[in-house]
Amino acid sequence: MVATSGSSVWMRRLRRALARRPHHLMRAGRALGVVGGVMAAGVSTVGTAYAVDLPEDRADAMYHFYDGGGTRADGPALLIRKKVADRLSISGSYFIDSVSNASIDVVTTASPYKEKRTEYSLGADYVYRDAQVSLSGTTSDEPDYKANSVSLDVSQEVFGGMTTISLGASRGADHVGSRYEGMFDRAQHWRYRFGVTQILTPRWLMSANLEAISDNGYLGNPYRVAQVFGTLVQERYPRTRSSRALKLRAVGDIGQGEQRAALRAEYRYFWDNWEIKAHTLEVGYTRYFGAEWLGEAFVRYNTQKQALFYSDNAQSETRYVSRNKQLSDFNDVGIGAKATYSAGKVADKFDVKWNAQYQFMRFRYKNFTDIRTHSLYSFDANILELFVSATF
Amino acid sequence: MGSQRRALAAVVLGLASLLAGCAGPEPWVKPYERERLADPIMRLSRDALADKHREHIYDVRESGRGATGVQGGGCGCN
Repeated sequence: MVATSGSSVWMRRLRRALARRPHHLMRAGRALGVVGGVMAAGVSTVGTAYAVDLPEDRADAMYHFYDGGGTRADGPALLIRKKVADRLSISGSYFIDSVSNASIDVVTTASPYKEKRTEYSLGADYVYRDAQVSLSGTTSDEPDYKANSVSLDVSQEVFGGMTTISLGASRGADHVGSRYEGMFDRAQHWRYRFGVTQILTPRWLMSANLEAISDNGYLGNPYRVAQVFGTLVQERYPRTRSSRALKLRAVGDIGQGEQRAALRAEYRYFWDNWEIKAHTLEVGYTRYFGAEWLGEAFVRYNTQKQALFYSDNAQSETRYVSRNKQLSDFNDVGIGAKATYSAGKVADKFDVKWNAQYQFMRFRYKNFTDIRTHSLYSFDANILELFVSATF
Repeated sequence: MGSQRRALAAVVLGLASLLAGCAGPEPWVKPYERERLADPIMRLSRDALADKHREHIYDVRESGRGATGVQGGGCGCN
């Protein structure tokens, strides 16, 4: 496309220059213009190689499983992505979470329950020269929570393709309810993001992403209770929250000779106006084993400081109070591995890969006690994803 | 008049130095040197569906969220 627009600009300049000359030269110019137009048309029909590639056509089918802290969630998920025009690709996904909940919040104050969450997403990606525009919508439905969101993202390659700048925004609108009262309130979310990905060397690239999130409405949980002077009371949450997150990532090829192996490191700093501060660090190593196998190992560490109004057992009456352990002072460690087997071409068209990913996580709370035993709470979790993907 | 001329000269010099700044460095990793970077293992997100599942698990258990490049949705809390 660059060649096409370049040649048409050149042709226009030539014709303009010829127009200032005597008449017979103008006729020659028109003839040249016709030839140029035919050439340009030829280039534009043959040259469909854009600077930015559309995401490849792909289909994924996954079974996912989570078990930890009395909560078990599992279900299927599907993702299909297909080019529908030269510059347009559309995608659709379907995600089911069948949750059986007997978490500590539930067993100490209510009775265990089961529920199902269904999520559908639709997206479209459009590329034009060095830019990509993505529009997507997601709807998530469970008996006591309905969430809808739309996102628009734009990315642009600059500096000879070495730098990619991205900008995006999302808007979410939720209906919040409970099993006893039905839908009783709403919440809205705005997200604004900016990112830069930079090629550093022929082996290393890094990215920096910044995202600002604003929420308002009902941000608590109708089933959870707080503790004030040893008495269980309804939680009281602020109706607004403003968060910021900065994530830095670097990935590099550290393989020797023909061997391909990648090392990645990620760090995120999160802060919000509830005075939560969190640091998340992840390091992973990926390498090929022969032509068919790809293995990955990773460790992840997250630590956070509690929200201003969090208390395990408040000793004063305050406007806002929560005993949500997600807002407490805690850390969690994860260690995981992923294996991918390339099964090769199926039916001469589909490049099939089988994948298994497992992660073990341990959560340790520093100021959240199990009110049955009065000891600090901790739990372990097992996470599994089994999926097959086909690119075509 | 003298001071106006000096101001004009300062503006011209300032603009010239700004334009000189535009000359900047050239892209130092050429497209033909990016073969290793194009390998799937170098992607920041290789499998969108699995990444989405993991992000959802973190989002409902940790306070930190955002800046991941993965879009989630819904609650599935507790």
